[in-house]
Amino acid sequence: MPKHTIIALVEDKPGVLNHMASLFRRRGFNIESIAVGHSEVPHLSRMTLVVNGANTMVEQVRKQLDKVVDVVKVSDITSEKVITRELALIKVKATSSTRSEIMQIVDIFRANIVDVAADSVTVEVTGDENKIDSLLNLLRGFGIRELSRTGRIALTRGETSPLPVKKPPKAKGQTPTK
Amino acid sequence: MKLTGAQMICEGLVREGVEVIFGILGGSLLPLYDVLPQYPQLRHILVRHEQGAAHAADGYARATGKVGVCLATSGPGATNLVTGIANACLDSVPMVAITGQVARPFIGKDAFQEVDITGITMPITKHNYLVMDAASLPEIVKEAFHLARTGRPGPVLIDLPRDVQIDQAEFNYPSKPNLPSYKPILKGHPAQIKKAAKLINEAKKPVIIAGRGVIVSAAFAELKELVEQAQIPLVTTLLGISCFPESHVLSYGMLGMHGMAYANMAVDAADLIIAIGMRFDDRATAKVSDFAPHAHVIHIDIDPAEIGKNVRVDVPIVGDVKAVLKELNKLIVATKRIDWIRQLDDWRREHPSLVIRDGESLLPQYVIRQIYEVTGGEAIIVTGVGQHQMWAAQHYWYDKPNTFISSGGLGTMGFGLPAAIGAKVGCPNDTVWCIDGDGSLQMTIQELATAVQEKVAVKIAVLRNNYLGMVRQWQEMFYGKRYVATPLSSPDFVKVAEAYGLPGLRVERREEVAPAIQQAMAEPGPFLIDFIVEPEENVYPMVPPGASLAEVLEEPNKKTKPKAVKDSAKLPVSNI
Repeated sequence: MPKHTIIALVEDKPGVLNHMASLFRRRGFNIESIAVGHSEVPHLSRMTLVVNGANTMVEQVRKQLDKVVDVVKVSDITSEKVITRELALIKVKATSSTRSEIMQIVDIFRANIVDVAADSVTVEVTGDENKIDSLLNLLRGFGIRELSRTGRIALTRGETSPLPVKKPPKAKGQTPTK
Repeated sequence: MKLTGAQMICEGLVREGVEVIFGILGGSLLPLYDVLPQYPQLRHILVRHEQGAAHAADGYARATGKVGVCLATSGPGATNLVTGIANACLDSVPMVAITGQVARPFIGKDAFQEVDITGITMPITKHNYLVMDAASLPEIVKEAFHLARTGRPGPVLIDLPRDVQIDQAEFNYPSKPNLPSYKPILKGHPAQIKKAAKLINEAKKPVIIAGRGVIVSAAFAELKELVEQAQIPLVTTLLGISCFPESHVLSYGMLGMHGMAYANMAVDAADLIIAIGMRFDDRATAKVSDFAPHAHVIHIDIDPAEIGKNVRVDVPIVGDVKAVLKELNKLIVATKRIDWIRQLDDWRREHPSLVIRDGESLLPQYVIRQIYEVTGGEAIIVTGVGQHQMWAAQHYWYDKPNTFISSGGLGTMGFGLPAAIGAKVGCPNDTVWCIDGDGSLQMTIQELATAVQEKVAVKIAVLRNNYLGMVRQWQEMFYGKRYVATPLSSPDFVKVAEAYGLPGLRVERREEVAPAIQQAMAEPGPFLIDFIVEPEENVYPMVPPGASLAEVLEEPNKKTKPKAVKDSAKLPVSNI
């Protein structure tokens, strides 16, 4: 089944994430990753979801998501030209004899070492999934202690946003999320 | 002007034109109920179970086209509404449900009678609100009603903590809702309408399938114009019944699992399906992969998510049915389709589908036919769910717009009585008959007390067969007649009615049927007739589960195979 990248602009209100996730759950989709954060418009968040599913199924869920009142717009950008990035923090086992080798690999990937301890280093890497997967494969031999990945975020290339918005909506009578 | 949260809700309801609310109070709604007497415009109808409140609001909304309103307290009150809300959601009924909630400081603490009702109803409402600030109430009420009644209608829930009802805030009722991301598409795309018109004008064997969208959009005249102008045979879904006069020569009744054999054969043989305000429910399409195998499909619906959901569509038109049909009708060329209509009329003669056997026994179909005769087809018919529902759909001719009210999508047994009360409250000058089964009625029978207390003159016809009849029919046909858990020992409904304070009659013979119906109609208040009908009567025609519409069973062991259809080659859509 093809992998789909879906981006959504949603109002920053409690329950929206829950609502979106539940529409996927209901159809037996497993959400591979989900990333949410503020967008360029106050009170609106941009969400990037990666899901596996047949094209017609994904299109049906996209339409259902679009019906959620707090969802401003949803697009399946799988076939569009997009920039995707992911961030990973990787804690690798490191001894005095392996530390320099790890640092060389990290350099090649233009990643950073953000923490050093007696028996480990923590690597921060950004890129598309392939890059992060490749780095992980190389580091696996040293022993990976902990791993945290953000999941994909995506924007379409070029000037126009597929999700235009006119005015920010007013906050309604709900408890703020943050 | 400063008002309490409770007053703001009432002010909002009044401004939205609400006249009736159905509900039951409880601890967390006391502040709201306390101010209700300040608003005599709002008639409150006390039901006996919150499910009844939701169904009554639903029946009221369907009969009047207005938004139905129901009230329930927190916790069990709110959860009791859930079935009624889901029912309204699946049948696209405009409804606002207001629930009490524990005071804000107690939310999330598993307080007494606390449930997360916004979480529970998320998948069965069009939208819902947990009100955390009294100042936001005017805006929320405005939005709730706007969402409920516009676009594809549906239920909206407002969860109202007890202390928010007491808090005071400035009341400024907005003239417009602030919903930037909610824009239902009403006007159909002109290029798509043009494509549809071309297909219709060229079709040899077109069939219209009309659904509840026609009723919601009140597109009765536009639909009639299309049918008559283009001479297109029309069938309806269950919820589309009464969107088009059923005694019209071009009406071929209901399609689907218990639809007319000739209606199903027409759809199966058609070269063009024009689906209007319907959603290709599995009970209507039967086996979806064999649905209308020779036909192109035009689908007109206000909800973009319905397009292509179940059935492949060649020409989708998203928009309000009335607006789209108005545009479409301008492009339709008057056509005569003599051969096609003659073919359908032949099928109707050969496969009559609605014959009632002669004889002594009191058949449920006969009772329905007598209700039709005595009321002259002028009544609003509200049904429960089960065999009686199908017979009521089949054996009564609905010529008057919007006179059939039934639970379609959810198939909620117990819908009939409370929905009939709601319909009668909304349309006090119409005769409202609740046709129910003994199984279905017993799920909400306590609402008899509501009808008596509020003097709601519903007429109730119970078709008692002492079975959960529809399930028994399936056990008979597909489970080797093993009647597990379907026999019912139903009470003497006449005595039950008497105990609740309304008159009733028991009818066991054919000749007693019409006089009993007349007596019920002559009575000023509610009236119940307990019809003791043939216990093991089955609903036919029937498309067995998993079969296609062409494989309709007309009666036990008699299968219909429509004649082979010639000329089934399709036009390539790209050439349209």
